[in-house]
Amino acid sequence: MSLHIQNLHATLPDGTEILKGVNLDIPKGEVHAIMGPNGSGKSTLSKVVAGHEGYIITGGKVTLDDVDISEMSIDERSRAGIFLAFQYPSEVPGVSNANFIRAALQSRLPKGEEIDAVAYYKQLYAKMDLLEMDRKFTARAVNEGFSGGEKKRNEILQMMMLDPKYGILDETDSGLDIDALKIVAKGVNAMRSSERGFLLITHYQRLLDYIKPDHVHVMAEGRIVRSGGPELALELEEHGYDFLKEAALAS
Amino acid sequence: MSYEPSTALLDEETHDAINIDRTKGDFVFPEKHKFDAGRGLTSATVDYISDVKKDPQWVRDFRHKALKVFQDKPMPTNWATRDLENIDFDIIRYYLSDGEKPKRSWDEVPPEVLETFERLGIPQQERAFLAGVEAQYDSEAAYSNMKEELTKLGVIFVNSTEGLKEHEAIFRPWFGKVIPTGDNKFSALNSAVFSGGSFIYIPKGVKLKQPLQAYFRINSENFGQFERTLIIADEGAEVMYMEGCTAPKFETATLHSAVVELVALKGAKIQYVTVQNWSSNVFNLVTKRGLAMENAEVRWIDCNIGSRLTMKYPGVVMKGEGARGEVISIALANTGQHQDTGAKMIHAANNTTSNVVSKSISVGQGRSTYRGQVHIPKHLKGCKNNTECDALLINSRSRTDTYPAITVKGNQHATQHEASVSQVSEEMLFYMQQRGLNEGQAMSLAVNGFINDLVREFPMEYSVELKRLIDLEMEGSVG
Repeated sequence: MSLHIQNLHATLPDGTEILKGVNLDIPKGEVHAIMGPNGSGKSTLSKVVAGHEGYIITGGKVTLDDVDISEMSIDERSRAGIFLAFQYPSEVPGVSNANFIRAALQSRLPKGEEIDAVAYYKQLYAKMDLLEMDRKFTARAVNEGFSGGEKKRNEILQMMMLDPKYGILDETDSGLDIDALKIVAKGVNAMRSSERGFLLITHYQRLLDYIKPDHVHVMAEGRIVRSGGPELALELEEHGYDFLKEAALAS
Repeated sequence: MSYEPSTALLDEETHDAINIDRTKGDFVFPEKHKFDAGRGLTSATVDYISDVKKDPQWVRDFRHKALKVFQDKPMPTNWATRDLENIDFDIIRYYLSDGEKPKRSWDEVPPEVLETFERLGIPQQERAFLAGVEAQYDSEAAYSNMKEELTKLGVIFVNSTEGLKEHEAIFRPWFGKVIPTGDNKFSALNSAVFSGGSFIYIPKGVKLKQPLQAYFRINSENFGQFERTLIIADEGAEVMYMEGCTAPKFETATLHSAVVELVALKGAKIQYVTVQNWSSNVFNLVTKRGLAMENAEVRWIDCNIGSRLTMKYPGVVMKGEGARGEVISIALANTGQHQDTGAKMIHAANNTTSNVVSKSISVGQGRSTYRGQVHIPKHLKGCKNNTECDALLINSRSRTDTYPAITVKGNQHATQHEASVSQVSEEMLFYMQQRGLNEGQAMSLAVNGFINDLVREFPMEYSVELKRLIDLEMEGSVG
């Protein structure tokens, strides 16, 4: 049981190839981190896995617990268990957080079945307490006027409520102060289980101090170029990505 | 918004009562009309209508004068859409009725008419939350009733025919005064052939707690519905009036051209709520205006979904010091539809305040136009206007135009105008879909969010219906 990315190639509509054969296997219960310089294709990878229609898959496939999800629509993938915490979450003006999450949960129920409002709010409040979010967040429009930190916390709240099989966090740490980072990490750590896998996309080692990965990968120019244990992140922190240039020169 | 917990807690009867959707109005019964004015419009048509309705002479004269004005006035295509030229006045039938007086009990209403209104949920709504109902079928009201205690208070709620005959002393002084016959070509048309619509009088100091409702149903093809409504709220009185409209989908165009006049005397308050859901072949050309005297308030809360072309600019003439006027409108134009709506605010006394909030949504090839007029003359002081119009475009082929005209003379006034155009962006849709909503649901949620602050102004029963209508429109608009 895993989220398995196999030789994935993806281009922009203009033909520019961004992913050039990505291979990655994230078994349930594991936390993987992808690090890499800007423009290496990390964020694109997360969007392509989520089904973003701005990219064209030109080769390879993505399977979720052995089911090929490459042909599924965005929402089908979501309901199948993929959650993407956005680097830049969209605002949804006029739609309250509570209504938004509720609509997302409702979309997972069979037709004609309604969410139990009381149980829903109970669960929502419990998760918000864990993330140290003010109750007022339920009534505020999704991400509208939120600070960077509030937006990221809100992403984690949504993830906790939707209870996905695999959570992909796209640079969730960027723009967070240390206190907010700790809270976000607390949320993710609370969700870690043998039944769930995570993919963390990040520039910095800092996040990995709080969410300990099982594996670390380095992405460059649309491929995974190195994989290792948590020590790889420390190595990158110390030496930067220069080794990539050296490798490029060598070849 | 239906996602609020409150709406989930509606009792079953109320829930059923408001269960009206776009497709629910799409059915038709065979015509059984005793009186049919035939096709086309001449002075003989006007006489036919006057004969059938047994009009007093002054009304007959009023109609003939209006017919002349209608015939002389050109189509306003110098500023309005040329689609108006596609109305064929010669094939329209101007009066269709069974010659029966409106019934006070649903049991006496003809079976097919009763079934019509039952399918639209009207009798259930009446039981659930209304103070009175008038149900119009083609040219005339089939049913009209009001809670007994209101009759005792002196409230009058009848159709226009009964109003002008039985209550001439109150009716006549205001009839055609807020909207003169020659206001525009379609107000003249209505004045020539009007039938149906409501006459309401709320006596001094009487404040109705529950709304009165009218429902306008077109059942016949090539037909024109020309209801005429006059609402007078005497000093300190308060009333909310709601209207709903549907018609089946015919092959050919149908015309709906109403005139609605509101008179709010000193300190009175009138709220007029419309949820229009015409089928996409109806030309909906309506003139609505209210007169607000000293410290009185007139609010138009208007939602336009459906129709082929809607032209409607509810207005308030603030004639007394301290009067307030408000127009809150939502328009949704889907492919094949043009919602040409707006507001007119005429400040005619000191310290008058007007507020216009308009939100339009254009989907597919739908087109929305906002036309606003705010007039504040030089000799007045302390007048305020706030105008906000926001447009939401859903996909690149839709179109929106804004034509605000704010005429402010003198410098002792405050006006404010804001306009915005936004889109449901690909990234917003991706975000919502990533959470599990399909494209239709995501669009629906975005649209509901866009109008959320205005939907709160509608009575709860109507806001739920509104949301359902929008969900259905959005579901149909994605592939």
